Amino acid sequence: MGKNKISVYIMGKEHRVPEGLTIMKALEYAGYRLVRGCGCRAGFCGACATIYRKKGDYKLYTALACQTTAESGMYLTQLPFIPANKSEYDIEKIKAGPNTILSIYPEVARCVACNTCTKACPQDIQVMDYIQAVKRGDITRAAELSFNCLQCGLCTARCPSEIKHYHVAQLARRLHGRYLATKSEPLSKRNRELEEGCFENEIDEMIELKPEDLKKRYFEREIKVSE
Amino acid sequence: MKSITYFPGCTHQTNGRNMESSGKAVLETLGYQLEEMPEWICCGTVFGLSEDDLFHQLAPIRNLARVEKAGDEKLVTMCAMCYNTLGRANLLVRKDEVALEALNRFMDDEPDYHGRVDVVHLTQFLKDEVGLDKISSKVKRPLEGLKVMPYYGCLLLRPEEVSIDSMEDPTIICNILEAVGIKSIKGSHISQCCGSYHTVDKKEAVARRSSEIISSARKKGADMIALACPLCEFNLDDRQRLLSKNGMPVLYFTELLAIAFGLEDSCDFDEHYVDPRPLLREKGLLGGSNGQE
Repeated sequence: MGKNKISVYIMGKEHRVPEGLTIMKALEYAGYRLVRGCGCRAGFCGACATIYRKKGDYKLYTALACQTTAESGMYLTQLPFIPANKSEYDIEKIKAGPNTILSIYPEVARCVACNTCTKACPQDIQVMDYIQAVKRGDITRAAELSFNCLQCGLCTARCPSEIKHYHVAQLARRLHGRYLATKSEPLSKRNRELEEGCFENEIDEMIELKPEDLKKRYFEREIKVSE
Repeated sequence: MKSITYFPGCTHQTNGRNMESSGKAVLETLGYQLEEMPEWICCGTVFGLSEDDLFHQLAPIRNLARVEKAGDEKLVTMCAMCYNTLGRANLLVRKDEVALEALNRFMDDEPDYHGRVDVVHLTQFLKDEVGLDKISSKVKRPLEGLKVMPYYGCLLLRPEEVSIDSMEDPTIICNILEAVGIKSIKGSHISQCCGSYHTVDKKEAVARRSSEIISSARKKGADMIALACPLCEFNLDDRQRLLSKNGMPVLYFTELLAIAFGLEDSCDFDEHYVDPRPLLREKGLLGGSNGQE
């Protein structure tokens, strides 16, 4: 923790916090107990969506509170929850056609390519481009471009066309995984083996082993690399 | 092989694939490779007419900015609607510096657009850049005896500032078809509207438009209609299922070029409601896997 203190503004009130903290730690240092808008603390869950402005800067910035260092003069607001309607569908009953996502999330057609969503993304995802990929019926491209989405919802909060980007992206990845991606044969084979109980005897045997024997086995194991 | 920067548009890669697949095959034979522009987005679909609504110009201008950033000065498109929307947005910002500056400022830290990209329709590219003689030189099977009415619709001709040819008396598609031996027929309805997006909620009205256009072709003795727009293709071909008198094949002009070049396997004729194969076989113009019954 740095010796120097900086001023951050939490919901308009100035707080002096040590330099070098993340926004999330700065909030806690200032006395806030986080019961919402906080999850994994490791940049994976997307729960700590934050909007801030810097003194004298015209831009509205976005961040994940657990991944961003607090800076002097930040005006911070936490968004513990982004209300976004989620359509219901049964992945087994829909097909991966060019208009599938548009029929489930028709507001995608309202995208005017303003790119505000992309600018809002703390993960630097090309959000507008994956929405456009959906619009043109390219589900695979939408799945690829949105792969790093944590579903924090900042895109959705900023969109002038009321698109629910992260739900759209999730549907694209589900359709891609269910219908379009190349199936991994070794994985399917292993799943079948597990279902058939091929490894149950071995597991029972290992459960009975003493910890030191188990460790010995672990370190002496042979890893076979399939062709 | 020369490469050309290409804007595919949504329809030619989903619901109207035949124009792209046949167009690509034809261009390759002519020595041109289509290269999709980087991360293209929807053209904007319809050109925004409201002068103070620059928001709806962002989609076409962002596409052009990406092309310019990649160092290209020409963008070729096959879709009539993409051509019209991109072309008019381009003219708007070339004429209106203030609008361009507003758009660039809005795009903020993205690359600016400077108006340097020309939007070109495939018909213009074939006529002006490739040349009709070169097209003729690649013909393997002249499509003689086939009487075709080229149909232009609205978006390739109107407004005049983006017209690919004379608005009143267009001949560009006729010229291209004649280069492969087709006898092209001038109809009275070649630049009338097909009904456009009314096809979504006023199917019958669009079917009536199709009926008029098709009857005008029939009266002039045409065997077939050739066009260059996926929405016109849908309205003139697929909407025939609502008509009592149907059976007029409607093809993209690129499909006819492909047949003449012996590349008919690049076309999926099953995608057309009216199957053109019986007519083409009757005239002895179909080879390959499509040649047999």
